[in-house]
Amino acid sequence: MIGHNTLVVLLGCAALGAASGIVGCFALLRGRALLADAIGHAALPGVVAASLIMAALGGPARSLAPLLLGAALSAWLGLLALRALTASGRIRQDAGIGVVLSAFYALGTVGLSVAQTLPGAAQAGLSHFILGQAATMTENDALLAGGLALACLAVIAALFQPLRALCFDEAFARSQGVPVRALDLVLLGLLLAVCVAGLPAVGLLLVVALLIVPAAAARLVTQGLPAMLAVAGSLGAAAGATGALVSVRFAQIPTGAAVVLAGLCGFGAAVAISRRAAR
Amino acid sequence: MMDFLRLDLPALLAAIMAGGTCGLLGSFLVLRRESLLGDALSHSILPGIVVGFALTGLRSAWPMLLGALVAALLATLAIGWVRRAARLETGAATGLVFTGFFALGLVLLEVTGARNADIDVDCVLFGQLETLVWLEATGLASLFDTAALAGLPRQLGLLAAVALVAGLVVALCWRPLQLIAFDPDFAASLGMRVGRWEMGLNLLIAGAAVAAFEAVGSILVVAMLICPAVALRLITDRYRVQVLGAAALGAALGAAGVLLAGPLPAAMGLNLSLNAAGLIGTLAGLVVAGSLTVRTNRAAAA
Repeated sequence: MIGHNTLVVLLGCAALGAASGIVGCFALLRGRALLADAIGHAALPGVVAASLIMAALGGPARSLAPLLLGAALSAWLGLLALRALTASGRIRQDAGIGVVLSAFYALGTVGLSVAQTLPGAAQAGLSHFILGQAATMTENDALLAGGLALACLAVIAALFQPLRALCFDEAFARSQGVPVRALDLVLLGLLLAVCVAGLPAVGLLLVVALLIVPAAAARLVTQGLPAMLAVAGSLGAAAGATGALVSVRFAQIPTGAAVVLAGLCGFGAAVAISRRAAR
Repeated sequence: MMDFLRLDLPALLAAIMAGGTCGLLGSFLVLRRESLLGDALSHSILPGIVVGFALTGLRSAWPMLLGALVAALLATLAIGWVRRAARLETGAATGLVFTGFFALGLVLLEVTGARNADIDVDCVLFGQLETLVWLEATGLASLFDTAALAGLPRQLGLLAAVALVAGLVVALCWRPLQLIAFDPDFAASLGMRVGRWEMGLNLLIAGAAVAAFEAVGSILVVAMLICPAVALRLITDRYRVQVLGAAALGAALGAAGVLLAGPLPAAMGLNLSLNAAGLIGTLAGLVVAGSLTVRTNRAAAA
């Protein structure tokens, strides 16, 4: 009843959800979670440009790796633009995020309208990157996304202590000689990697929710970082897998939407549990 | 000329009105440091729009507007509730709520079959400026012919109404809005009910987002709300210049985007048609980059 390909996609999405949930905890604690919104939207022009370049070179139009590389590059440019805006001292981070996400997304849609006029299948499937469509992922796509997610987890495991110090007590971390700036960059890199890996399954519009929702739910019902990471990872994995299942069963429902709604059910449960505990 | 009247004029008018209205109201978001709310409101109205359509099935704008305003109100309340219940910072609470509303809207769009009617996912994502046409136009005389004018796309009527209301509100409440934008604490000490003013302003912004939604889609509404206001914020300290300048800039960006997308390339003999809504957003981003450069140069010169 569940084919081999479906199973691989399911596992890939679960790994992705787990990684997003865990990276999301650090991002949320450090007050950076919304950057994922800018990163996701800013990836679109990169995806489109990569697919246009691939088509021009005569390469395989639907090979995921170059598209994700393009996504990562343009998302990085988006973050640089955001930093330039906020460095002016006049524009706060939230306004900067609004500018970056809407302008980059707009550029991406212009690129999509160009791609549509070209012969061939250059643009085929590109719109899946906007809303996510796990059902159309191939086994290799799922392995790539899942692999990226696992790599993020490995980085976190290696840097767990300094990351924890960074998120809970920056001043103490500094006094202990923790390289705060470098660690913040690592966290940003992880955020970028998780968002980009999530594009084909969850889509760029809603990937931010996969970082915020499990972490917010986990913080409500746990004490201590390890427990929070465990709960957020599990909830993220469950949401990712549910999204993939829904996408396979009901092809019309965008995977991203299903993932978000599944995650929010978990969040609702967490609120209820924390209320009962407080009583 | 005929082609211009039939195919380009409706999109041009829609983009100018949407850009002008959003630009006008966007300054209040940016000055109040609530830019994120622009993002949140423009996404959160989707389920309201879909339900408004599905319940009535009318081709009229009113159920849609009503549904969207209810959704915007619910989303604002939900953000406050999540912030308290989950002890989250405003940014994360806002992100959690608006992605949830948007996801719900997408699912409803598929379930209710509203996608078969006037709005579909493509409209949400890319806008549909290109589909606004005025087939009844037969010549310049049609501009004064009520029967032909009745054939204008209904989106224009809603946009004009919202633009009028927004313009009137800003003109009549010029001083109170300035106080709330720059110094809400002082405004409160004068006995103004700041919370109510802000809620009213948010509903007005949601109304503008609904009207603009059908023209440029959910996501590019954000560009229209935030970018002109940010561009002016970077180069001016004066309230009047900020608010009126952003409105003018928004309208100009709308016009430029539509003209560059189709009519200009066509007039130059190019076979090229770009997404007009996307061009508007791209130009808006470039303008922000331009005014950032102006600001940096000024700082270097000073």
